[in-house]
Amino acid sequence: MTLSLFFFYLFAIVLVGAAVMVVSSRSPVHSVLFLILAFFNAAGLFMLAGAEFLALMLIIVYVGAVAVLFLFVVMMLDVDFAELRQGFLQYAPIGLVVGIILALELIMVAVGFVVTPEVASASAVAIDPTLSNTEALGRVLYTRYVFLFEGAGLVLLVAMIGAIVLTLRHKPGIRRQDVGAQVARTPAMSVENVKVKSGQGL
Amino acid sequence: MTSDLMSLDALLPVLPEIALALGALALLMAGVFLKGETHASVSGIAIGLLVAVGVLALLYPIDGVLFNGVFVADGFGRYMKTLILIGSALALVLSLSSAGENGLAKFEYSVLVVLATLGMMIMVSANDLMSLYIGLELQSLALYVVAAIKRESTRASEAGLKYFVLGALSSGMLLYGASLIYGFTGQTQIDEIAKVLSLGDRSLGLTVGLVFLLAGLAFKISAVPFHMWTPDVYEGAPTPVTAFFASAPKVAAMALLIRVVMDSFEPIALQWQQIVIFLSVASMVLAAFAAIGQKNLKRLIAYSSIGHVGFALVGLSAGSQGGVDGVAIYMAIYLTMTLALFACLLALRTEDGFAEQISDLSGLAQTKPFIAATMAILMFSLIGVPPLAGFFAKWYVFLAAVEAELFVLAVIGVLASAVSAFYYLRIVKVMYFDEPVLQFAAAPAELRVVMGAGAFLLVTYFFTVGAPLGAWAHNAAGSLF
Repeated sequence: MTLSLFFFYLFAIVLVGAAVMVVSSRSPVHSVLFLILAFFNAAGLFMLAGAEFLALMLIIVYVGAVAVLFLFVVMMLDVDFAELRQGFLQYAPIGLVVGIILALELIMVAVGFVVTPEVASASAVAIDPTLSNTEALGRVLYTRYVFLFEGAGLVLLVAMIGAIVLTLRHKPGIRRQDVGAQVARTPAMSVENVKVKSGQGL
Repeated sequence: MTSDLMSLDALLPVLPEIALALGALALLMAGVFLKGETHASVSGIAIGLLVAVGVLALLYPIDGVLFNGVFVADGFGRYMKTLILIGSALALVLSLSSAGENGLAKFEYSVLVVLATLGMMIMVSANDLMSLYIGLELQSLALYVVAAIKRESTRASEAGLKYFVLGALSSGMLLYGASLIYGFTGQTQIDEIAKVLSLGDRSLGLTVGLVFLLAGLAFKISAVPFHMWTPDVYEGAPTPVTAFFASAPKVAAMALLIRVVMDSFEPIALQWQQIVIFLSVASMVLAAFAAIGQKNLKRLIAYSSIGHVGFALVGLSAGSQGGVDGVAIYMAIYLTMTLALFACLLALRTEDGFAEQISDLSGLAQTKPFIAATMAILMFSLIGVPPLAGFFAKWYVFLAAVEAELFVLAVIGVLASAVSAFYYLRIVKVMYFDEPVLQFAAAPAELRVVMGAGAFLLVTYFFTVGAPLGAWAHNAAGSLF
């Protein structure tokens, strides 16, 4: 218990610290790196809570794809962040007021939130405590929701086809690597013995 | 955990969708691995696939509710799916002759059309807010890409981007509405929502959710006030793509709307009827007046399609089986008219492009009498002049409205129809009484067949297809009640 508590505080403190650094660091590249750190710590928190599937998804999807994409965009686009920050102090009071109102609303919702017993018991899929949650999700996705799951897969396929159709250009005259041709090359095709006459060179 | 995958027999009702999905994947493979110019052969296979799936759906009609209630196969779905498959297949046929000029000479175009068709079939069969959304997104995402597929054209890119941004907004509204409905009823399944609603004790939040859901769907059928994207997208997208947009997706979204309001919100009919009546009146009136000033043919067709959606909604506002009958017949006739009209437009090819302005049609009766005659028949049918099919389409929806005692709505509809006669007749006048300005190339055979068949069906509707179509639509609508 104490060990998990120790790790909870460790992850939580690093997570909050990293989140603050995302907003406050000067270089956008550092911000993205801190964002990745925050994601890892959030994944650790999920792991402690027993949601190992969610933890791994967070790392694969957010760290593996989204954050790397961010990093590329930040490095490739020359965005002048100093210019974007201008007027920060000027607008800070309004932002602060809006933020406080939102925070109050969130607190009110969180305090007043009650799950009625009927709703809790009317869950579409009963929770089986003996299964790990990856297995439980897999069982639901491939049985009860298989139609929607496969349909979502087709939507993603369309997205992929669309991205390729709209962006891929076949430029003529570009030399591509042809592995077959490389492998099929024999010494006889590429090496030539030349009899060099002495004193003349080639 | 119950699953429908335990036996293959249990999957039979969803067989057309599975066949189409596997076919789309096979087409993709064929397009990638076949050598040389693959788009024509892939289009050919895609058309064959769509026809085959339609035949499969009609020959083996198996009803059932599958996958824990998210998917339903019934007579209504089959009717609408047949229309959708015909629309998609003919849209591909129309694109064949001019694929090169329109930037459609890529095999991905047919694959995307097939996947969009699959999305539409899922929409039509959706029995749950989740499958509704999946189908809608599958369809829309493919359509966004198809709108922008002509990459070198800035207008097509603009059309695609505009469609995408506004479509994403409407999906957001639809999802927000769905979340409210789920929150206030505790159900996502369409028939279960109806059960909860019929218990009484409905909160205001539910009505708000309904409004958002209907707003999202109204965008997809381009009913006023959610129509702004339609003229721009229709004008900017390549003409064969516009033909596709104006046909199958409209039918699918209309079928989805009918199923949602009839199955799910039947207990609060008064609430949704108000919304549908407003959409209907606004669409008919705005389209009738806005189309008058148009010079571009595709923009004109866009406003015309907005108006026709308004007329179809007249039938839905009645909320009766007769009304749904009327909408089903209306969509079939609308599909025929739209596809034949686009066949005419695509046949009008000059040396440097296609006829896009109304003035380009001047004197068409002298240079291309067959196309001019077909277009004249189409225009009269779009107005609703008896004995052409367009008259019967309007007749059934107005009849349903009168039977439901929505007299004001019916009168506004007839008046809007009279106003819209002006811009349709102007095209006839330009074709028959003005001097020719442009010379057009000979029309490809498949376009002539589509035009001829469309005109034949519209003219002889009452004597040939009218009775069987009416009976089929009646059966289809009956499966919802």
